[in-house]
Amino acid sequence: MSEARENILRRLRRNKPSTMPSGSSPPPQEALSREQRIQKFTARQQAVHGEVHRVGEQQWINWLAVELPKRGLLRVLCGTGAIGRELQQAAIRGVSLSSYEQPVEQCKAELFASIDAAVTGVRCAIAETGSLVLWPDTDEPRLMSLVPPVHIALLPAAAIHQRFEEVIEKEGWAGGMPTNALLISGPSKTADIEQTLAYGIHGPKQLITLILE
Amino acid sequence: MNQQQALHHRIDKALNNPQLRRNFRTAMDGIRERRADQFPDDSKLQALREQARAIRNNALGRQAELLERLEAKLISNGIQVHWAETPEQANALIHKILHTANAHSVVKGKSMVSEETELNDYLEERGIEVIESDLGEYILQMAKEPPSHIVAPAIHKNRFEVADLFREFHPDQPYTDDIDELTGTARRVLREKFANADAGISGVNFAVAETGTLCLVENEGNGRLSTTAPRIHIAITGIEKVVEKLADVPPLLDILTKSATGQPITTYFNMISRPRQPGEKDGPEQVHLVLLDNGRSRIRYDDELLDTLRCIRCGACMNHCPVYVHVGGHAYGTTYPGPIGVVLEPQRLGIDQVGSLTSACSLCGACGEVCPVKIPLPKLINRLRAEAVDAKREADSVPGQGSLRTPGEAMAWKVWSGIYGTPRLYRTFTWLATRLRRLAPSRLKPWTQYRSAPKPAAHSLAELARQEGFDHE
Repeated sequence: MSEARENILRRLRRNKPSTMPSGSSPPPQEALSREQRIQKFTARQQAVHGEVHRVGEQQWINWLAVELPKRGLLRVLCGTGAIGRELQQAAIRGVSLSSYEQPVEQCKAELFASIDAAVTGVRCAIAETGSLVLWPDTDEPRLMSLVPPVHIALLPAAAIHQRFEEVIEKEGWAGGMPTNALLISGPSKTADIEQTLAYGIHGPKQLITLILE
Repeated sequence: MNQQQALHHRIDKALNNPQLRRNFRTAMDGIRERRADQFPDDSKLQALREQARAIRNNALGRQAELLERLEAKLISNGIQVHWAETPEQANALIHKILHTANAHSVVKGKSMVSEETELNDYLEERGIEVIESDLGEYILQMAKEPPSHIVAPAIHKNRFEVADLFREFHPDQPYTDDIDELTGTARRVLREKFANADAGISGVNFAVAETGTLCLVENEGNGRLSTTAPRIHIAITGIEKVVEKLADVPPLLDILTKSATGQPITTYFNMISRPRQPGEKDGPEQVHLVLLDNGRSRIRYDDELLDTLRCIRCGACMNHCPVYVHVGGHAYGTTYPGPIGVVLEPQRLGIDQVGSLTSACSLCGACGEVCPVKIPLPKLINRLRAEAVDAKREADSVPGQGSLRTPGEAMAWKVWSGIYGTPRLYRTFTWLATRLRRLAPSRLKPWTQYRSAPKPAAHSLAELARQEGFDHE
């Protein structure tokens, strides 16, 4: 269809608009302190039914050891990175741990049907919109934060930035994007019936963020 | 039935459906309020609109160059790029990709461009199973109806109508008209489709030339599933969706979600730059992008009408349109309804086909005020009304230009401008009109159906002014 390509580009080149005025940027925003960023992130997440807990840096395993059995999340998926290894070592009683080791083709049925929750890390977060930023990789693949009904994300408090613009710039995203980059702002939701919000349509029904301090 | 009669027929049908009107009224009132809540500070909103307009203008001004950069970057990232001038070409390309890969089942994320090309019908006729996975689109697929809104496609249906569809198509599921439970049913029945589909098809919200990244905005997770779980992902988009750099994305995303649904951000913002890489355990092995023109490049021939292409498809114009709120999306009879549809569709499809749409507007200006990229929609609607009756045919004019011109109307305006352009005639005309005012017709076809006919005053303004002692006209 290279003929279509040439035709389209020819038409686009033939008419360069004569004036395309450029505009100004909005005024800069007031910088938030670290505590304010944590508060803002938490408030934004909670506004869309996201659950947020602040725990000690080393305490997340203990939190999971108590909460997973209590909530009946007994079949848990972890990645093959540091978080997954710590979970394996902790061997939480009553919780059976699966590790995402095989390509999805070999574990699709299990992934879709018999996992209660997945635990992942995140790259960073955005306070202003209450978004987790994930760059899924070989250790923590894309479907982990999507298919299981509960997603538990571990977020270091120091990694909460104020704005999306800032993240792109500070981390030099323009220099190289991963296969998939994600902003996740709460559990999956829809308002397609009567504009009424309902949570947990196709993605996780619950999103639990543990802020590690 | 000509296009105008067909339009009036659809409008009558909508106006005589009180349930439909209630559904739209309730939904639009809510969505307007939520949008307004996102923009408490008008000066910030105006600055953001200005920034978004500039980003889109920059992209349109350098569209050919940016599309080539996008293509080169996507290819080097391992994404295959295809170009289509017409819906038929796009459909054939997609079918070929599926056929070559031996793919028989498709899950779709929401894509208005695929509605433009009527892709589902095309693929189903060729034996491919296509499942819409956005809840609203899934409801409409069961109902065999097109979307009535570009963001909230099933907005014209209430929960009971949806419940009836689920009962009909999923008799094995327990009946419910509770929205949470209906959502749960959809989750159950579509899960298996996501797990087993060979291919996923999605739209694109922004295509970033700098990094070769396809950005998708959604709340449900069906877009992510469609683009991650199957072994093939095909994205289809209009050529105007390209933006220059990654830094252009945050402001556009911000104003898009706030304008569309009154959310500070959607649940998911999904940025795809590559197919599955060695060692990665999921994601599609093939990613394709189909770039569709379908009349878009022709819109560029006119500097004023070019503003049409800035659109980021938020739907705010229809949410705020008094005509849309009363008649709903289906009355327009085109893929894109509401003010943006009134402007885009006659340019895309021809005034001779859908030019009557330009009459579905009261020129109240609401759409132009809320448009996040400052498309002067009322001005463009007025312009297209003029195009519709303009006799001069220029090479690059809007297709079907002048096709709604009628000899009677043309003659009436010619006489009118003759009278108003000649003082002596004008004076004679006003003298006669005021003296013979009793003879003015009291019935003027559709005008007097709901209004009384205008009557000339007993004395013209010029006469009254002279009586008051003004001696200069």
